[in-house]
This record gives sequence, C-alpha cells and structure tokens, in this order.
Amino acid sequence: MTGRSTEIRRRTVDSGGLKLAVYEQGDPSRPTVLMVHGYPDDHSVWDDVAADLAVDHHVVRYDVRGCGASGAPGGREGYRLELLGQDLFAVADAVSPDRPVHVVAHDWGSVQSWEAVTAPGSYRRIASYTTMSGPCLDHMGFWMRHRLRRPTPRHVSQLLRQGVHSWYIGLFHLPVVAPAAWKLGLARLWPRVLNDLEAVRPRPGHPQRTLAKDAVHGIELYRANMRPSIARPRERHTEVPVQLITLQRDHYVAEFLSEGLERWAPRLTRRTLNATHWSALLEKGPTVAALVREFVARDHGALRQEPSEGGELVVVTGGGSGIGRATALAFADQGARVVVCDRDLPAAQRTAELCALSGVKSGAYQVDVSDGAAMAAFAKRVAADFGVPDVVVNNAGIGHSGTFLETTDEEWRRVLDVNLWGVIHGCRAFGQLMVDHGRGGHLVNLASAAAYLPSKVLAAYATSKSAVYMLSDCLRAELAPHRIGVSTICPGIVNTNITRTTTFSGLDTDEQAAKQARVSKMYARRGFPPEKVAAEIVRAVRTGKAVVPVTVEAKAAKLLGRISPGLLRLGARINAG
Amino acid sequence: MKQRGQLPRFPFDERDLAKFREVQQLAYHCAEQVAAWIEPGVTERQATAKLRRSLVRAGVQDFFHVPFAWFGDRTAFRHFHTPLQFFAGSRVLREGMPYVLDCAPVVDGYTADIGYGGKVGENPVWDRLAQDLRVYRELILREVKARRTLDQVYAAVDAQIAEHGYDNRHQVYPGRVIGHQVTRTTARGPAGVNLFGFGVRTLQTLGRELVKERLEGRSPLWAGGRASRHAPTPGLWAVEPHIGFREVGIKFEELLVVTDEDAYWLDDDLPHVRRWALQEGTA
Repeated sequence: MTGRSTEIRRRTVDSGGLKLAVYEQGDPSRPTVLMVHGYPDDHSVWDDVAADLAVDHHVVRYDVRGCGASGAPGGREGYRLELLGQDLFAVADAVSPDRPVHVVAHDWGSVQSWEAVTAPGSYRRIASYTTMSGPCLDHMGFWMRHRLRRPTPRHVSQLLRQGVHSWYIGLFHLPVVAPAAWKLGLARLWPRVLNDLEAVRPRPGHPQRTLAKDAVHGIELYRANMRPSIARPRERHTEVPVQLITLQRDHYVAEFLSEGLERWAPRLTRRTLNATHWSALLEKGPTVAALVREFVARDHGALRQEPSEGGELVVVTGGGSGIGRATALAFADQGARVVVCDRDLPAAQRTAELCALSGVKSGAYQVDVSDGAAMAAFAKRVAADFGVPDVVVNNAGIGHSGTFLETTDEEWRRVLDVNLWGVIHGCRAFGQLMVDHGRGGHLVNLASAAAYLPSKVLAAYATSKSAVYMLSDCLRAELAPHRIGVSTICPGIVNTNITRTTTFSGLDTDEQAAKQARVSKMYARRGFPPEKVAAEIVRAVRTGKAVVPVTVEAKAAKLLGRISPGLLRLGARINAG
Repeated sequence: MKQRGQLPRFPFDERDLAKFREVQQLAYHCAEQVAAWIEPGVTERQATAKLRRSLVRAGVQDFFHVPFAWFGDRTAFRHFHTPLQFFAGSRVLREGMPYVLDCAPVVDGYTADIGYGGKVGENPVWDRLAQDLRVYRELILREVKARRTLDQVYAAVDAQIAEHGYDNRHQVYPGRVIGHQVTRTTARGPAGVNLFGFGVRTLQTLGRELVKERLEGRSPLWAGGRASRHAPTPGLWAVEPHIGFREVGIKFEELLVVTDEDAYWLDDDLPHVRRWALQEGTA
C-alpha cells in the first residue's frame, strides 16, 4: 500500500489532439483528487499536498497545456479557457471514467478549473472543487461591473486595491517585455523571488527546469483570456460544492474579490489560511491537504434537496425575531447550518423552521443569555448535537430608555445582564470551544450606534452597548492568534420588535405602552429593515471587518465623533426619548 | 344627511348574495382551469389571455380589473417600482416556480375579485406559505367579528406576518390595501373597456363610493392608515392578504360579508379552503 502511495505513474492523455502529461499516485479505488497548477508552475508545485493526500486518495496531477512535459498549442487561440476546461474533463474522463472527481486548483489552474466547474452539467463529472487564489474571470467581470456601477467609497477602494495587486497583468499584455524578462534571468532569480517575497524556502527540484519555457508560454493564458472575459462576462453558475481557501497574505488576489461569490456558487464553504500565494502549497502543504481531505470526505449528498450534514455552522442568540432572525435566515440562505436560541422558544423554533426551508439543518433552543451556566450548557449541547460553530452571533439584547437618575438598580441590572453579560457569556462559552477546536472562526457582537453616541435618555442602554464595543476590541486582539475574528455591529434605528419591548424609566404601565407605540411608529417610519443589518453581518464575517456601523445615522455619528466629539457630547443633552 | 359614524343597513338580500357567490365560484373555477393547463414555458401574458378567454366563455361581460398573472419572484412583488409592473409580462414559468392568478369578473353588475396561488413542481417554501395562509383567513374573520376598526385588523395581520417571519406584500398594492369594498356596479359606461387596468364602470362606481364614504368618514379601501380607522362597514369586502418569503409570494382573495353585527366568509367551498381541509384530513 505504501508503495502505491509514493510511486508516481506517468501517462499521457489526449485532449483535442494535444498531449497532456498526467501523474498518478495512490490507490485508484479511493476517491480521485485532481490537481491543477497555476502560473508559472508545473505539477511539481503540488508535491507536498499530493504526497500527503496519496495515502488515502487517488491523486492525479497534470501539466497544463504549454507547461512541463505537456504539449504546447501553436497560437494564442490554443490557450482559450474553453480548451483549458476541456483538458480538465479529458483528464478526469481518462483517470476516473466512472466516478466524478474532486478538483483542487491554484492560481491559473483555479481560473481554468472554474471554467469546467461552471460548465452546464459539470456536477456529473466534478464532485467538489477546492479553489485557491484564482477567481473565475467571468465572476470577476461582474464583480468589477457591479463596483463601477455603484462607486461607493468602499467599492472604489476595492477596485483600486485590486488594480494595484494586478500590476503584472498589464505588463503581460505588452509585447516583448515579459517574455524577455523571463528569458533574461527572472527564471534564474525565481527561487530568490519566492524566498524574499513569498516566504518560500528554496528546495531541491523546485522550480521545475522548464520554468523559463513554461513562463513564456503561460503569458498567452493572460493575453488570450483576460480581456474578453472581463469585457463581456458570461453568467456562470455552478451546483458543485465549492471550498474557497482564502490566503491571507496573497499579494495577487485580494480577499474581497470573492465577495458575493455565493451568487454563482451557492454551495460555498469559506476557509482562510495564513499563507502567501505560494507558501500555501510549498510550505503548508499538509495544512492544505487536511482542508481538502475534510472537504472531500463530506457527504455532499443529493443536490440541495437533503439538509446537508456538513457546511458552516452558525449560532445566533436572540434568533426568534428582528435582527437575530434575519441573520439566521441570511446564513441559512448561504447554505450554513443554523442554531438559534431565544427566551421565546416557539419564536426560535419558527426561525429554525424557516431556515430549514433553505434545505439546511437547523436547531432551536430556549436559553436566557444572561444566565452564565445556561449559556455554558447551551454551548456544550450545540457542540454535541452539531459540532463546534464557525460563526457565533451574540445578538440578544433589550432596549431601555431613561436618564441616569431615573433608572433604578433593578433596571440597570436587567439591561447589563442581557446586553453585556449575555455577550460575555456567549463569547466565553463559544470562544473557548473555538480555541480548543483550533480551526478558527468568527464572533459577531451586536453593539449599537449608542455605543459611541451618548444620550442622556439612554444611560443604561448606551453604557451596556459601549461595554460590548470595548469588550469586542479587547477580545479581537486576544483571539487573533487563534484565527478567530471578532466583529462589532453598530446599528442605528432599525425596524424590529425591540421597540415594542423597550422599557422606560419612571413611567406607569399605560404610559409605557403609549411610549412604546410611539417609538415603534417612529422606528417603522424610518423603515430600515433587519434584513439589511443581517446582510452587513454576513459581509463582516466574510471580510473579517472589525467594526461595522449600519444605517446612515450610525455612520454619521461615528464620523462626527471623530471630527467633533464635543458636538456629540452637546447633542447628548437633547431629550431624544 | 345621516349622522357621521352611523352605519348603513346591510345593502344586500339573500338573492344578491347568491349571485355574488355564483360569480366568485365561476372566477375560481376559471382560475383552476388555467392552473390545470399551466406548465413550464408559459408566459404571464399567455396565462392572462387564457384566463380572460375562459371567463368570457363562461359569460363574463366586464371586469372590475383586468386579469393578472405573476410568476416566480414576481409573486412576491420583488423589485416592483412602478404600478405598471403589476401587468402581466413576458416572464416565463419554470419548474419549481410559484404563480398567482388574480381576476375580477363582473356578471350583471355582481363583482367577484379572487386570487389563486399555485406552483409548478416542487417548492417547499411555497408549501409552507400556503399552509400558513390559513392563519390569516381565520385571524381576519375573528378580528372583524369582534368589530375592531379596520386599521386595527390591518395591524393585527401585520403582527402575525412579523411573527411568522414573512413580508407583508399587500402593502405593495396601490394604497397599500389589504382589501376593498365591493358593491353591485350600476354604472352605465361601456362594459369591457378599461383604463389603467380597471374597468371604466369600476372606476365610476369606485369614484362615487370614495366620495360617498369619505363624507361618512369611512373609506371603501381597507389599509393601515387613518382613513381606515372605523368599524367594518356592512356590505361586501374583497379581502386579499398577500404574504411573501424570499422569492415566493402567495395570496388568496375572496369576499367577506360584513353585516350589522356579524361577519362571515361568503363561501367556504374554495380551492385554498379545500386544500387545508384535505391536509387536515391526511395529517
């Protein structure tokens, strides 16, 4: 068996008249993992990952056209994505004619694999797809279009930043320059470039001896495909489960390039790896292999119909209504398994039922977040029933309005118990689980614009939210080494039922009810739906954003607090209740 | 002139009600015929044309409003910005899509206004919505029987929608209405001619009613605002709760009879009510 996994078997596959060099390892009766390398590499860039996976998989690699021992097409047309996609299917058909293969790809290999993965009916030949550092060019075309059409400051900055990352692509389109650079010494210098810029230690057998030739051929990949795909992107969807491994220190592909990828690949799992563009494969091969092994082993089941056992796990506290329910639904819509808890069990169960409509597994529990022991037990229960969560949203909170002198001890205690202690308990119980598990994760804490916007009538509420804000800042620093992100969400006026349960100091029951109705009406008139906050929460998790003010008033207050804190303090005197 | 707030007597006799019931049955019957015929590949325009033809064949002379058909996410009125988007378009029905048919035939001045929700193939979200729609039929009747003001009933429906985790989609209708009063049209304008999708006779009658009811401090349109802050006016109301979740919307629309002290649905022998009874039977 050992011999089988280390021995590399060479064969040649014909793809439309072009000979592709294919390398097989491992037991062919095991699941087939097909690896596609990028530019300017050849199959040897996968050596570490392949050796690790070959123990219990049938590992297949090939040199893409123009590289290594494979044939090179005559002209630029021979490098079009359609042909590259066909190469992948040709190899898959040759090495695993009866069963679909699991594709793993990096850089340009990933770009061309997207072509195959998004081909109609691809799920018959491709069981799963793990992609690193190579977006689908059509998706990228839409990504750019969307940002050009809505040039918000965030979008413009993303465009500019990705533009800076892509400097070399422009260079590759110039005649003479790039090929000459490779021929005149860049190929020789390559190990040094990798060492200095990519944190890859030089090693024997790498880079491949054919590097200069491969690199020059490969320039045609850019010239043949970049412009047409970006200028006229095609709508390319896929039903294949996709695992996106984002490399945190990638100099070429920015993290935010994958924003909205769920639109094209709804069965998406996101992972992050602290690595550079090449150190992921050449230094952290076993880590990548572990991620692939886990993804391949998942039972992806029938398409979308059965609730999936795998997939991201998200926990939402206070998930029975408002922002909590909307957040649970937003994650479920992206294929995540969702567990909600709430004091109101029927409401939590209702949310879980709605989540299940997206074809995901979901659960509902009755928990009072202010009860530390109950939260600890809840975390244990979730770990036992579902596993360790990838995302925890500490959302449960209550509203209270009253000046400092009006607010009674009892009211202070209630507000702090739920709004602050609820978050502390949630972070502690689930944070510890995530740290012990060692797979990273994300904590989302719901603060409020009141966290930095003082008001004399929100003494207790604003204090509790401000504490959540600072708690999150401290926790973020502590959990960073464990790859656990922490996001603070600061919504302004959002139309949820929090106003219908908000209490007011110094008012009798009738006055309370009248006030609740009035404030609810005001919030309803503002009309900002919880779904939009939920979308921001999902985005914060995907991009790892630290502090996210939501609604224009929350953003304006944050800005004003920087420009003129004195003015905010003055504004706090207004009786806004 | 009558005193403000004093309710008029119930304006219809048993014969009138039987006629209204007959027209409503006819409308639902035609909608069911179209539902049986509908299949992937059909466009909204084709569906409304088919619906109109079958209604005319059944003896309908005029329409309160032109027939509507909405497919896919248009059942939930997603991305609706102008009233023109209510009209049937070129959207093609695909496997798994929900659809809604809405028509309002007039026979001898007796008007029905109905809404029929359906789906082609599998759609678990639609199944859930269709099941939950029953709660609204019961809730509205309960609230009206308790003689709560119409804006309070509207708010109760809203609260139920929030509890279910759905969207209020009837707020997209012109005037955000959940219902409107139906009377026997006696106008003399040309039958079968429509303006902005509403029959000319409808507009005459509706205009007259708007003015008359306004003078009484009531509105023939049932919405959530101040104009509906009055007890249910005796007469017939076409009630159309329309709920949505994500890309799926569903509604029913049928006539509610409001008498001086009581209220009841004009007819319980309707497709959605039969579907619930069937589910209850198998459950």
